Amino acid sequence: MEGTERVFERLVRDHQDRVYALGLALTGNRHDAEEVAQDTFLRAYKALAGYPPERIRELKQRPWLHRIAVNVVRNRVRGVRPRLVELNGSEPDRGIGPEEDVLRRAEIDELASRVACLPPRYREAVVLRHVQELSYAEVADALGQPVGTVKANVHRGLKMLRGENHGDGDD
Amino acid sequence: MATVMIDLKRLGDVKAPAGFAERVLARAGMADSYAVFETVLGPVYVAWNQLGVSAAMRSKSAAEFEDWFRHDVGRKLVRVDPPADLGRKIEDQLSGRRRLRFDLRGLTSFSQQVLHKTLEIPRGQVRPYGWIAREIGHPAAVRAVGTALANNPIPYFIPCHRVVRSDGVIGNYGGGGPEAKRNILTLEGVQLKRLETLARSGFRYEGVKSTKIFCFPTCYHGRHAREENFVFFHDEVEARAAGYRPCKDCRPAVA
Repeated sequence: MEGTERVFERLVRDHQDRVYALGLALTGNRHDAEEVAQDTFLRAYKALAGYPPERIRELKQRPWLHRIAVNVVRNRVRGVRPRLVELNGSEPDRGIGPEEDVLRRAEIDELASRVACLPPRYREAVVLRHVQELSYAEVADALGQPVGTVKANVHRGLKMLRGENHGDGDD
Repeated sequence: MATVMIDLKRLGDVKAPAGFAERVLARAGMADSYAVFETVLGPVYVAWNQLGVSAAMRSKSAAEFEDWFRHDVGRKLVRVDPPADLGRKIEDQLSGRRRLRFDLRGLTSFSQQVLHKTLEIPRGQVRPYGWIAREIGHPAAVRAVGTALANNPIPYFIPCHRVVRSDGVIGNYGGGGPEAKRNILTLEGVQLKRLETLARSGFRYEGVKSTKIFCFPTCYHGRHAREENFVFFHDEVEARAAGYRPCKDCRPAVA
């Protein structure tokens, strides 16, 4: 058990930025991003607790976390939010980080909300490929789709983002 | 196409907000959360986790509380916005209307026994250190009881202030010195003057003539007796010789 906790803490510290960025790109706002990222790690924690040591050692953490995060977002959209014992209160909307100035932050937020307006199947593909920069094979694996489907969805998603067929509220 | 992709890449460079990792660890039960609460005792820093309240201290600053917690409890600590109902729960706990759960992991089983026993002392009453020692089955460990109470990580909530010396001296208090201890006891309705006057005359127990039962002077029972019906005893032998039996509620002696 002790071992799992150490593995988990390192997992959180190593991947928190990636997972939070993924949450932001998929949900379009920082509040939901924090929730998604927290839920992702908590699911990972529960899974790790049940894994034998050799499976933990061989785990490819990055694609694995992406797969969990995508599922967390999909479940939220379905309204089946995983219920967790909430003794620790709501995660607060932190102030602006010192390293991010207001202007840059506003730009990022605007971009995130535009991405979040894409239909889910395009959004997932575009975000994993171009925000998180996974390979097509990794994206296909994380989404459980064939590579060809992923490529087509990335292409259509980018096209929509560029403004051709600007799909507001398409999802 | 190219600019969109560059923009998307920037979206991937976003950093997790400050304290994110700690909040995750707190939800996974690997760190405690804390917040400061306004209470009848003034501002109190309170830490908790899934198992219950784990620490409380009237620290001067958040930094002081964090230092103390890391040193004494030894777990990670995260400041959070308190859950909406926790403030009221704490208020209820301190006024005796509710019993919260506590996390006493990390303490020795002896200390845990002492603190659990201390929780049984009703508001408005006090017990001597020796009473705790006897009740938990270590009648000789009076000093060890004192040490366990002095290191109580959750004062006010676990009412170590309700344990006093048998000679009537209120005794020292980790939660803010003897003065704080007197103030809290007064707030809870203990008549300190009466208690101390009795103790100075060497009286440790009071009996009620009509019932022939003897109690600790702060015991709930016998509070309606008239002043002229009280008798006072120096010790158990004297009380028993006068035909009195110990109260079954405050248990001044083994029945």
